[in-house]
Amino acid sequence: MVTGVDAERVVGRSLWRKEDRRLLTGGSCFVDDFERPGALHAAILRSPHAHARIVAIDATAALEDERVVDVVTSDDLPHPLPRIPMRMFRIDGMERLLQSPLAEGVVRYSGEPVAVVLADSRYVAEDALELIAVAYEPLEPLLDATAALDPESPVLHAEAGTNLAGEIHVSFGDVDAAFAEADVVLEERLYSHRHGAVPMEPRGLVAEGADGGGVTVWGAAKVVHTNRRILAALLGLPEDRVRLVELDVGGGFGGRGEFYPEDFLIPFCALRAGKPVSWTEDREENLRALNHSREQVHDTAIALRADGTLLALRDRFYFNTGAYVRTHGAVVPNMSVALLPGPYRWAAYDCTALQVVTNKTPAGTYRAPGRYEANFVRERLLDIAAHRLGRDPADLRRQNLIPASEMPYQVGTHTDNHPVVFDSGDFELLLDKGLQCFGYEEMLRWRAADPGPGRRRGVGVSYFVEKSGIARWEYARVAVGDDGGAVAYVGSASVGQGVETVLAQVCAEALGISYDAVMVSHGDTDVVPEGMGAFGSRATMLGGSAVAIAAEAVRKRLVDAAAERLEASPDDLIIEGDRVIARGSPAVGVPLAELIDGAPEEEEARFESPDMSFPYGLHLVALEADVETGALDIHRYAVAYDVGRAVNPQLVHGQIVGGLAQGLGGAVLEELAYDASGQLVSGSFMDYLLPTAGEMPEVRVLITEDAPTPLNPLGVKGAGEGGTAAAGAVIANAVSDALGAEATVLPLTPERVVDLAHERRAA
Amino acid sequence: MTSRKVSIEINGKTYERDIEPRLLLSDFIRHEAGLTGTHVGCEHGVCGACTVQMDGQPVRSCLTLAVQAEGHSLTTVESLAEEDGTLHPLQQAFHETHGLQCGFCTPGFLMSLEPLLGEARDFDDREIREALAGNLCRCTGYQNIVAAVRLAAERMQ
Repeated sequence: MVTGVDAERVVGRSLWRKEDRRLLTGGSCFVDDFERPGALHAAILRSPHAHARIVAIDATAALEDERVVDVVTSDDLPHPLPRIPMRMFRIDGMERLLQSPLAEGVVRYSGEPVAVVLADSRYVAEDALELIAVAYEPLEPLLDATAALDPESPVLHAEAGTNLAGEIHVSFGDVDAAFAEADVVLEERLYSHRHGAVPMEPRGLVAEGADGGGVTVWGAAKVVHTNRRILAALLGLPEDRVRLVELDVGGGFGGRGEFYPEDFLIPFCALRAGKPVSWTEDREENLRALNHSREQVHDTAIALRADGTLLALRDRFYFNTGAYVRTHGAVVPNMSVALLPGPYRWAAYDCTALQVVTNKTPAGTYRAPGRYEANFVRERLLDIAAHRLGRDPADLRRQNLIPASEMPYQVGTHTDNHPVVFDSGDFELLLDKGLQCFGYEEMLRWRAADPGPGRRRGVGVSYFVEKSGIARWEYARVAVGDDGGAVAYVGSASVGQGVETVLAQVCAEALGISYDAVMVSHGDTDVVPEGMGAFGSRATMLGGSAVAIAAEAVRKRLVDAAAERLEASPDDLIIEGDRVIARGSPAVGVPLAELIDGAPEEEEARFESPDMSFPYGLHLVALEADVETGALDIHRYAVAYDVGRAVNPQLVHGQIVGGLAQGLGGAVLEELAYDASGQLVSGSFMDYLLPTAGEMPEVRVLITEDAPTPLNPLGVKGAGEGGTAAAGAVIANAVSDALGAEATVLPLTPERVVDLAHERRAA
Repeated sequence: MTSRKVSIEINGKTYERDIEPRLLLSDFIRHEAGLTGTHVGCEHGVCGACTVQMDGQPVRSCLTLAVQAEGHSLTTVESLAEEDGTLHPLQQAFHETHGLQCGFCTPGFLMSLEPLLGEARDFDDREIREALAGNLCRCTGYQNIVAAVRLAAERMQ
């Protein structure tokens, strides 16, 4: 591991991060660290009811305190009330279920914003929340997605007339015929529970009116340019009067950075007050207000031949989208439908997704959205089949993997009407490498040994195909100054994953200059004209490719100009320090200052990739369950992941281990649980349990580069989600193996583990 | 609400302010002293992001009132590196082992762990994980933080 060296090979090395110094020394600037002079502080009054009619709101008492400047309710917003639009994956009809920034007339989840207080300090603003009297008339809450389509259930949005937000149906092959000819048919109902991103930094925003009637918002994240477009439209401002600025961002994971009600309310209040407004949510708000995810109920069946050949998969599932459709539209169920088939060959497939509204917090994406759930469903069924057939689970998988010779492979599904085509891969090779490297045989021997009374050992295997590079373009501009320093301006965003480091590596390599000489600039809409941001494991793949193309264009221009001066071939010239020199003869050269006239030499690029790319991987676990306490001890956890090409292996490793911590948290600890009245009962870190260092095992990681993608010049596939994607699946498989009873519900809390152990005894 | 005059020493500098008795120490450090390297992640004492040292011992500044800090000596993450910018061995080890991603929780980890390293002895991974268990990180999965502590401990021997 080295840093600060000049080397032609910069991509592929574990260089230390550019972001670290400011984060380690307290020199970073997260949104709550950012202050504007004279700013007011906002606090949001949220509904205490899951479903209720608002009869009256009286803010008189709150406004009696002279330090309280304003109380804003839906009456104060423009009418008709603006609705927060979808930015992707729309289904006709969903527009009737969009959320307005403040509730009007009816609240549909506990935590829905009802009013905003502006005061001269956050303490006073929070006090004032308690002085606002809201008269509610409670209505019957609807919490269960499977009941939402029952004609007896209340319809939550009268104008929609139904609780069905959208339906997706995908099929190929003759499913009925496949089930008819099958030797083995298995049917299960599987439930993936509600949990979510929970970044360590709560959300926050600072907004201030700008000269000429515009507004500036600090604290944007993830999709900065898209959110500028949405905000401008909702405020009725031209887009160029709205500036969004990304500061340091304390984790994203899908949840943070989408356009939420507060993303309208805080700039709206700043314009209304004529003063800057600052807002930071507390943890309870974060758990109640940030998109939830993962809650799906699947009714699934698979058909196999007696020899283990997979024939068909049939699935119908309910996705509990919460009270409103948010910015992602139908992306989560669509991802489940598209990737449920996984890495296997199926003769036939039929899947229906029902996205339904309920009185819970609205749901959106969370790291490996739709796939965490789908992998759990498919990989559970494969193990149940293996148990039925008396087969080794790894062996049954190997038998059915799509062979490398069939790449690129048309799966037969689609995302947002775009066909899913696996671009490259050698699935069997990775399975073999993973089992070998992680000691599968040794794990099976460990499993066979006697763990003592009340203890059971199990081994789990799960295979999955991830996706990367959704939203099909990214912008970059690379500028080289006469001192030899370069700046890469990119439309990608940082959510803490290391974008400034990875894109600097790509830029340095394309220019042939030192990593230390490159700086990456992102996230200010006044500095970077367009961009798509950071989601769906896209920043390195699409942003990196755009940077590489722009950097290569600048390099070529400089080297061509120098070649003319030196009467040399451009192929023999390189940029070194602040000169262009002949390779091997540094005495022959031209100073960049003579080639660059004042302003830096710049090139723009917009990299487009119409197709997504598909990394793939394997999770393997050996664990021991205590049948009395339900405790799970992980003996070994290993992840193998083929990412095409790793720009910075240490950072890819970090993504995998960190992603796994979230996946494991989801599998055994984390649950956004509700009581019967629709109250979130895990709204603090004492109830919503994130994994600590005590729960996390030491993880073994194998990163392979056997299948670079042909879809971009770097060969890279996104690496952000594979650590998470199969964790629920593999833990459930290992627990089922240990207890001899099939787990069908996540999370595998101690109570559920004990119940499963009893189920086995009863059987 | 009545205010009260306090004098609180942070990183060797004394801050005198008139404050409400209910003001959290975390808010005093961040907004009165302007030392925003100390972060607030949960305001109920679980996540550890707000950890600072009071008389050399880690404390949760979100569970402490500023008035309780009167007469004590506080240190925050801003005090760890040397004036010339040289990182503390623990900071350097976090950097080298990729022990941070978004970095929001990192100051709390550093301030929790720094006194441990003062013990200058070998730690096994279980001890290190126990020492970390009061701080939440959502990005790293802790593995590289454990490695950072191991590396820093080696170098500080």
